[in-house]
Order: sequence, then C-alpha cells, then structure tokens
Amino acid sequence: MNFTIAITGFVAVYIFMLAAFGGWVIIGNVPAILHTPLMSGSNFVHGIVVVGGLFALLNAANVTEQAVGFFAVLMGAGNVAGGYAVTERMLAMFKPSAPVAVVKKG
Amino acid sequence: MLTTIVHFITGSADLAAAFLFMYGLKRMSSPVSAPSGIRMAGIGMLVAILANFLQVFTVDAAAKPHLLVNIILAAVALALGASVAWFKGKTVAMTEMPQMVAIYNGLGGGAAGAIAAVELLGGKTHGLSQLVVTLVGGLIGAVSLSGSVIAWAKLDEILKKPLRFPGQRIVNAAVFVAALVVGGYIAFAVSSGGAAVLPIASMIWIFFGLTLLFGILMTLPIGGADMPVVISIYNAATGLAVGFDGYVIQDPALMIAGMVVGAAGTLLTLLMAKAMNRSVSNVLFSDFGDVSKQKQSAMTGSEKPEEASDAGIFMRYAASVIIIPGYGLAVAQAQEKLYEFVKLLKSAGVKVRFAIHPVAGRMPGQMDVLLAEAGVPYDMIFQLDDINDDFANTDVALVIGANDVVNPAARTDKSSPIYGMPILNADKAQKVYVVKRGQGKGYSGVENQLFYDGNCFMVYGDAQAVLVKMIEAVRSLGAAAA
Repeated sequence: MNFTIAITGFVAVYIFMLAAFGGWVIIGNVPAILHTPLMSGSNFVHGIVVVGGLFALLNAANVTEQAVGFFAVLMGAGNVAGGYAVTERMLAMFKPSAPVAVVKKG
Repeated sequence: MLTTIVHFITGSADLAAAFLFMYGLKRMSSPVSAPSGIRMAGIGMLVAILANFLQVFTVDAAAKPHLLVNIILAAVALALGASVAWFKGKTVAMTEMPQMVAIYNGLGGGAAGAIAAVELLGGKTHGLSQLVVTLVGGLIGAVSLSGSVIAWAKLDEILKKPLRFPGQRIVNAAVFVAALVVGGYIAFAVSSGGAAVLPIASMIWIFFGLTLLFGILMTLPIGGADMPVVISIYNAATGLAVGFDGYVIQDPALMIAGMVVGAAGTLLTLLMAKAMNRSVSNVLFSDFGDVSKQKQSAMTGSEKPEEASDAGIFMRYAASVIIIPGYGLAVAQAQEKLYEFVKLLKSAGVKVRFAIHPVAGRMPGQMDVLLAEAGVPYDMIFQLDDINDDFANTDVALVIGANDVVNPAARTDKSSPIYGMPILNADKAQKVYVVKRGQGKGYSGVENQLFYDGNCFMVYGDAQAVLVKMIEAVRSLGAAAA
C-alpha cells in the first residue's frame, strides 16, 4: 500500500475549482448578521497554513530556511489561535429572545 | 513501512480537516448552529496540526542532521505564536474587531509567503508549474501581509490620513511590474538549471522585498472608510496564497481550505462593494473622500431640536419603533444603554426592531456583533432588505450615530456622491428622531436632507447621555402611574 499524495496538473485545477465553488455556495447562504464572525471564521480556516509552515520548518536544511520557516510557523500559529479565539467569542454572543420571554412569565 | 503509516495518518487527518472546515462553515449559516460550526472547524485544525507533527519521521535527507533543532524551533514557534494571539483574541474589545481580523489575516498571508520563500530558497519545487505557482503564492501572501499591516494601522488610527502623492499609480505599477520581472527571471533561471547570471538567492530576497513594498504602497492611499472592503480582499488573497502553497507542498487540505476561503472572501468583497455603491476597482484605485469640493443641492426646511425626555416618552406611547444604529453608537459606547431603553419600551408593549445597514460599523456585520454583545437577541435585528418596506407602517424611526445610510439623497439626487447607494428608508416613518452630537455632515461629508424634513426631529447630545435621559423619562412615567 502506498499513501503518498501526488497532485499534478489538471488534478490540482479540479480540486481548486470544486473547492472554490463549494466555498462560494456555502458562504452565499450565510446571513448578513453573521458576516463579521464569518470573515474571522474563514480567516481562521486559512490558518491551516501553519501545517505548511511545519512542513517547511521540519524540512529546513540550513539556518536561513530554519529562520524563515520559524516565522512561517509563528505567524501561522498566530493566525489559527487568534482567528479561533475571536470567532468563538463573537458567536457566543448571539442569543435568541427566548430567555427574555421566560423572565416576563416569571 | 513507517513512511507508509505516517502518510496514511497525515492523509486521513488532512481529509478529516478539509471536511470539518467545509461542514463547520456550512453550520455558520445560522446563529443557532454557528457556535458548533466554529468548534468543528477547530477540531479539524487541531487534528491536522497534531497529525502533521508525524512528518518528523519522513523529513528530507538533507534536513535529518537538523531535525532536533527544527522540532524545538517548531514547538517554540507554535507555543509562542498561539499563546500571544490567543490571549489578544480573548481580551480585545469588540469595537476593535476589524483591526484584529486584519492582523490575523496578515499573519496568515505572511506564513504563506514565508513557506513559498523556504521552498524557493531551498530549490525544492519540482518543474516549471510548481515553480510558477510558488512565486504567485509568495507574491499574493507577501502583499497580503504588508497590506494587512497597513490596513490594521489605519483601522487602529495609527495612520490617520490616506497617503497620496502625484504619480502614485505609476510608482505602484512600476513596483508591481518590477516584482513580476524579478519573479519571471527567477522562474527562467531556476527552470533552465544552468548557471544564472544573477545570483538566484538574492533575486528571491529582492522579489519578496518588492512584493512587500507593493502591498504597502497599494494600501496607503485607500481611505479608512474603505478598509472593510480592503480587509475582505486580503482575506481572499491569503486564502488563494494558502491554496497555492498547498499545491506546492502537495497537501490537499491546504488547497481546499485556501480555495474555500478565497471564494468566500471574494463573495464578501463583492457584497460589501455593492452595499457601498462602489466597484472594487473604484475602492482600490480611486481617491474617494474628496467630496468637499463638489457642489451640493441646497437643503429645504430647518433642523428642529427636541428634548431627549420628550422623544423618549413619545416612543413609550408609540406602537412600533425601528432603531437604526450607526458606528457613532459604538463610538459613544452606548449599546448597552440603548438595549436598556429598548427593554423598557418592549415591556410597555412597543414593537421594537433594529435595522442594520450593510456598512454600519467598520466591517460587514460588525454592528450586529456589537448589539449581540450588549445582549440584544438576534431575532430583533433585521437587515436592510428584510425591513426596508416596513418603515412606511412604523410610528418612529430612531437614528443613532448613523447619517449617510439614511440620506434620501442616495435615492433622488444624481449629483450626490452617494447617489445609488442602498439606504434605510427612515424618512418614510411617521416620525423620525435623530440622535446626533451636533449639527454637521456625515462621514462622507454629504449634507442630509432627512434632518430638515418636516417629520424629523433632532435630539442633540452624546448618545450615552441622551439615552440615559430617555430611560429616566420613561421610568418616571411608570413610577407616576404606579
């Protein structure tokens, strides 16, 4: 068995096309009220770049590559952690009217 | 055998991550399921990061002697970057969210650019197509980094004025073309494989220097009011750069996540530009905001002041009120006072709703977040298209800290710079109250005919102070009745 991933030429274009289409459709359904969390949420998702940073840094073979790779991981980690923290905080604030109605009854 | 196992685990983890990202974003289409959506995306991220640490078993032969140092560096970078950003993200004020998103986005772009730089410097790309994609990814990532930093500085008001000079567009174009030429030379020199005339490593540094410079130059002349569109563009750009990096390092999770974000950012950019009645190229390449010189139609009527307490009591006895908050409300930090007033009105049986203009706040949806933070339930918050027809059947429209988004000139006055922008039809309500610091123009510098209309009354003062007076007036009424 061989699990090596090899993406070349048109396969890459197909992946890009399908992902872009999927992203467009998924985001098109998000209501305007959630646009800020959506933007920071999608911001968080591209934080997956930290995985690429890890790949670059672990395979670094000299000091220059190590230095640039270090910054790649540092910035990627900031993107991931910060993006998640603010998005979760914002989404936790959106509440429906229900609790107010309960108070009224009481 | 070990290599096969590692490939299987990282492959599966990346697949799971790609699925969870898409499913998580899908769940963000409703405030009810959105919190679980971001948690799913978070789990996907964690799984992908942990699994990819297994790559220590499959590194290149050239990196083997440095492996221990690399692992330590990776752990330090992860811990440092994550903890600082996490702490900042947990403590930042909601009003500062736009610049926070800008800076996190810049970090992602920078990471994408740095990965491209490592791949180029190490000569690790295979074939011309990978080489070109790496250069393009590096270019977009670097522009996104330096551009986002400038956007952050503008939103944080470190840079207060757009920087414009004669011949700016020619300078910008020259820097961009120079970056393309250097990039083209790198592609040619590396792919021909022969001895290059110019040293490739220095050319790579020059390439990244030029692209970073271009990001700065491109963002400097853009005004602060247009930053929402700019952040959205850079968000899409970082997505693209990440996607291209994914192709270079052969990781489909990066390709999918990057492209999904690229498409999402593009869609949001177009929505924002539409709400501002501008084209994207108009935002990027024109000197907007210089409307003071333009001739303006004369206003008819006069501004009629009204006491805050009288306005408050009038709303107490109205059947329906629609509130139009603008960024001025957030500047006055009056969201919570506003919701306190709204609760009073609601308990008196008044039907109260909030109407949000797409560009209320400094990024799309920011006003919704600020209201949610103050405790306003999301089912009281309505967007422009959903509520605009209801103004005609509404007793009172209460405008707080907003101006241009309720200016009827956008509908009627062809000479107005905001002509054609979708606006909230506050002027159609029976009565309009405008809470405002004093007489004066809006952000765009345009006079507002609404303020002079017969059904409009001005409540002058700081939004916070005005609301306190309104609350007291309505409360004293209740006390008198009891």
